[in-house]
Amino acid sequence: MKTLFAEIRSAVLVTLMLAVVCCGLYPLAVYGVSQVLYRDKANGSLIVDAKGTVLGSKLIGQPFSADKYFHPRPSAAGNGFDGTSSGGSNLGPTSKKLADSIGQNVADYRKQNGLAADTPVPADAVTASGSGLDPHISPRNAELQASRVAKVRGLAAEKVQELIRENTDAPDLGFLGDPGVNVLRLNLALDQLPGK
Amino acid sequence: MQPSGWLQLAVYVVVLAAITKPMGLYLMQVLDAKGRTWLDPVLRPLERLTYWLMGVRADHEQDWKQYTWAMLLFSLVGCLFTYAILRLQHLLPLNPQGFGPVSPDLAFNTAVSFTTNTNWQNYTGESTMSYLSQMVALVIHNFASAATGIAIAAAVVRGLARHTTKLLGNFWVDLVRVSYYLLLPICLVFAVALVSQGMIQNFQPFTKAKLVEPMKIQVEKKNDKGETVKGADGKAVMEEQAVTEQVIPQGPMASQVAIKMLGTNGGGYTNANAAHPFENPTPLSNFLQILSIFAIGSGLTYYLGRMTKSQAHGWAVWATMIVLFLAGALACWWAEAAGNPIHHHLGVIAADGNMEGKEVRFGIFNSALFATITTDASCGAVNCMHDSLTALGGMVPLFNLHLGEVIIGGVGAGLYGMLVFVVLAVFIAGLMVGRTPEYLGKKIQSFDVKMAMLSLLILALTILGFSAWACMSQWGPPDPATHALTDGTNNSGPHGFSEILYAYSSAVANNGSAFAGLSGNTPWYNTTLGLAMLFGRFLMVVPIMALAGSLAQKKLVPASAGTFPVTGFTFVILLLGTVLLIGALNFLPALALGPIVEHFLTAQGKLF
Repeated sequence: MKTLFAEIRSAVLVTLMLAVVCCGLYPLAVYGVSQVLYRDKANGSLIVDAKGTVLGSKLIGQPFSADKYFHPRPSAAGNGFDGTSSGGSNLGPTSKKLADSIGQNVADYRKQNGLAADTPVPADAVTASGSGLDPHISPRNAELQASRVAKVRGLAAEKVQELIRENTDAPDLGFLGDPGVNVLRLNLALDQLPGK
Repeated sequence: MQPSGWLQLAVYVVVLAAITKPMGLYLMQVLDAKGRTWLDPVLRPLERLTYWLMGVRADHEQDWKQYTWAMLLFSLVGCLFTYAILRLQHLLPLNPQGFGPVSPDLAFNTAVSFTTNTNWQNYTGESTMSYLSQMVALVIHNFASAATGIAIAAAVVRGLARHTTKLLGNFWVDLVRVSYYLLLPICLVFAVALVSQGMIQNFQPFTKAKLVEPMKIQVEKKNDKGETVKGADGKAVMEEQAVTEQVIPQGPMASQVAIKMLGTNGGGYTNANAAHPFENPTPLSNFLQILSIFAIGSGLTYYLGRMTKSQAHGWAVWATMIVLFLAGALACWWAEAAGNPIHHHLGVIAADGNMEGKEVRFGIFNSALFATITTDASCGAVNCMHDSLTALGGMVPLFNLHLGEVIIGGVGAGLYGMLVFVVLAVFIAGLMVGRTPEYLGKKIQSFDVKMAMLSLLILALTILGFSAWACMSQWGPPDPATHALTDGTNNSGPHGFSEILYAYSSAVANNGSAFAGLSGNTPWYNTTLGLAMLFGRFLMVVPIMALAGSLAQKKLVPASAGTFPVTGFTFVILLLGTVLLIGALNFLPALALGPIVEHFLTAQGKLF
């Protein structure tokens, strides 16, 4: 019995000790270092306008549906791009619900962008992302939307292409991951163009 | 399957191979009570203080029963500690949202989940858990359960390396040294690297952002009393509402994510886990995360070789694991790149593959790679939604769980799981040549084989037993409209069965990833999944520790011409065969009812 009590005492005390070191000191140390070295990123990479209003985060997608904006991917987070309930559709390959929604999205996408009824549509444009907050669309998806945006805004096609290129995140180190066009940053850049 | 994917895969394997030896050498020091590291000046005083508080003597070693008892007691205390905080969080500080106590079944499920290194999450963090519950009750197990796994692996390796002794080391010393010298320093550097990629680390309240373009949504109309207004047809009346704000989550994420990956815990800070743009901001952060999942497990194979003075054996075990890893990764990548023919017929570009549930920045390749790695190890973090993988793409993670996560595996758990297969492989080889099997100079006798088989039978029996029971029951939440009982699945047809099978496979294998459509937060699911996790961790560990104790006591017999070598190509093939044969024989019928039949139905265009 004596050894059992000694072992329980050891178990309780090491639990408390680990709580102090690993749950207290460690996150505080990371907090201190990252607030000094990467202040902007550690606080959410926020985009703030001239008046100090937070417009969003460079990393978190936002919903857009007007013709003058590039449209993000469909989102299954809450009612769409809800930052408090990230997640995907969790619908599987033989789901009728998923097939119906993809069919609808394909039809909508062709209509919005004036594409022929047999034009193949980029997969990312009609499927929901894993987080529901995906900030990116594929370059081909942006390409297909570019003429619509240029037309509505009365811009030269080259100007829109240039902005797409500027707001494309290339693969890290030149080979890691896939390129993606950041929709929020691209749309803000469009809004900041002089004139219209 | 793009060339860039092949390049990324090659780089991943090369980097993993390169860190295996340094990690193994460092583990030699950490797992030796008298070992020396360059962190001694800082950490030695903290280590001594901890022993003094605990009343533990660092030079006192334990036999297998004492070691196992200490481990079980520590896990029990940790589990009760977490259960108590979750149940009492409304009375404790750091609860600004004023959350009430977590329900008994959910608190049981969650406490067990984190104690067993599973991190299955039936709760929604942001609407259930106070800051104290998140930061202390849950995170402590990210360290403790990882350190426990590594400690057990070290004891098993000592059992192999030593002879004619009962002593396997001291659990408390292993636990403390692994936490302080291995996990903490790596996490500190890793967490800051993650912040450099855009991960958050702060203590602010959530930020409210003004949407650039307000969004219109349809919501159910409510009257003054907050009740839903129903029309003449009995359906809720919908009204348009404008959403003008987006809530951006904040919090101490990086420190939690670093240990969640390195300790193969996998419990997400956010619901979307490593698919969330904050929790995995860039392909580079993704690369670091998948590397950290395998880092310690890979190093442990080198530790095995060093300790048993047969480095070639360590590398042979590593090679077996890597072959299985590559096979899984290529199969999953191929299936996801091929995509879903049903969706191609609807007009989706076939060359894009299956993008449902995936993020653009990771693409097909990095999503398939992550899904394979997270289930090879017992991590369970996800950067794409496994429920939306293609039928065969989703079978890869499921099959990985069924093999008992021995492909590098969870920290420690992967190595001791694989050593069980090694004992069996040696036994089978012995049967084939008609000699008493030997493993590293130890005779493998009937007790050893019984213990090895026992741990494997527990795995198969609990996964299949619980899955079958759940399929025959209605354990899901009642249907909101009809109040009828449901099984809680989000998909119908074979995919619904896959959701249930995946849940119990993930729980027993202590993985924690999910076909997340399953609504598991009900008393029956919480309780049975909790039991499955307990069986999967502790019922497996006790026979394995008994095996280690038995091996340590044996005399060394000199190798002879009849000794089966545990190095080289022949051994790798035999070990591969053993792992695959046992995994396939146990689980093929269940897989045939789920992903395999679903694959053929997808090809025919059948929908549910």
